[in-house]
Amino acid sequence: MADEVKLYGLDGSPFVCRVKIALNLKKIDYKFVVEDLRNKSADLLKYNPVHKKIPVLLHSGKPISESLVIIEYMDDAWKGAPLLPKDPYEKAQARFWAKFVDDKCIPIVFKAIVSHGEEKDLAEAHEQLQFLENQLNEGKKFFGGDDINLVDISATFIAYWVGAAEEALGLKLVSKDKYPKLTEWCDNYINCQAVKDGLPPREILLGFFKMWFATPNSFVYNEFLNKSS
Amino acid sequence: MADEVKLYGVPGSPYVSRVTTALKLKGINYELVVEDLSNKSADLLKYNPVHKKIPVLVHNGKPISESLVIVEYIDDVWKGVPVLPQDAYEKAQARFWAKFIDDKCMPAIFKTIGSHGQEQVVAEAHEQLQFLENELNVKGKKFFGGDNINLVDIAATFIAYWLGAAEEALGIKVLSKDKFPKITEWGGNYINCQVVKEGLPPRDALVGFFKKRFGNA
Repeated sequence: MADEVKLYGLDGSPFVCRVKIALNLKKIDYKFVVEDLRNKSADLLKYNPVHKKIPVLLHSGKPISESLVIIEYMDDAWKGAPLLPKDPYEKAQARFWAKFVDDKCIPIVFKAIVSHGEEKDLAEAHEQLQFLENQLNEGKKFFGGDDINLVDISATFIAYWVGAAEEALGLKLVSKDKYPKLTEWCDNYINCQAVKDGLPPREILLGFFKMWFATPNSFVYNEFLNKSS
Repeated sequence: MADEVKLYGVPGSPYVSRVTTALKLKGINYELVVEDLSNKSADLLKYNPVHKKIPVLVHNGKPISESLVIVEYIDDVWKGVPVLPQDAYEKAQARFWAKFIDDKCMPAIFKTIGSHGQEQVVAEAHEQLQFLENELNVKGKKFFGGDNINLVDIAATFIAYWLGAAEEALGIKVLSKDKFPKITEWGGNYINCQVVKEGLPPRDALVGFFKKRFGNA
């Protein structure tokens, strides 16, 4: 049982995907336990009694919840392929930006999608996305520099889920002319092997978004709004 | 160049207090640059262009924003009294609880203040506070950090001190002793820590602030 790693989650969740990517980067073997969010397992409720959400990582029987907390834990527990910079100042910057993506970017981008591009939501989303665009200076392939780091991983939703939602909705949020660096980053990011291996198939996401927009009061819609982070 | 540490903030902010506690814990000399939040300085806007908020720590000219990010930075840079556990799993637990306080507890508590202690709102806050109460029960220790304060205690500063002042100002009760004996005891112990005490604003000033801001619904 020593060092046994289990990940409780769902393929379509961008928060679960963050952890999968980190596991892939660190080359950690794990067992994926698929949860039915309408009928959460006794294990999930035991391992995450506070939030009752996915993802939950179980390492040698000990549970960790909250995707970014999980990723930092993984960086502490497994050496090799560092997910955070060594330098304390750079590390703090990475934590700042990951938190920004979680607290500001994703909620408003999600809101703009859900409201079908309502003007005020769109304007606010653009305001936040612009900060990310500005972060990708000349010569920076990823937020982490030459390699992906915590910030890139935190922005997985933007790199992949947003594109699928845009297509399903017929709405353009992250356009190439407005966000040349961010769109380039998206392409580079989803082409990293560790990321590619963790992403759900695009058709599944498309199907999900199409269904979701058709039935806005569906269970899954509400679950996502509560955010499985 | 000797370490130059500046903290941009206001004495009445619980988020600034988180940082001053961490700085004092490590014995770091710093200069508090008091901001006028109705007229933010050019420096603050330069150092925190994304959020334009306090606290901002500037260490040898380099700015760090977001109180819990700052506290972790302080722990990374300055050795001595640790703010986070060494063990990776315990560290993750501390981060989890600090995030819980920020994401769930604090918003629920702010709502009780804004709603002047409306019953349903208080009940929701109690739901979140119960998790903290249980955590202290399970630990059976003086602080969330055990025998000494850690990131979680620091994250919960508002609950230990600001909440009581708000309750008094508005004549409401959110953190009752019978419902939350452990948290109440913890709060008393926490604000008596020297490093915490030194960074707290005077209680009457806080009560006055809450009366002015939220009084007369």
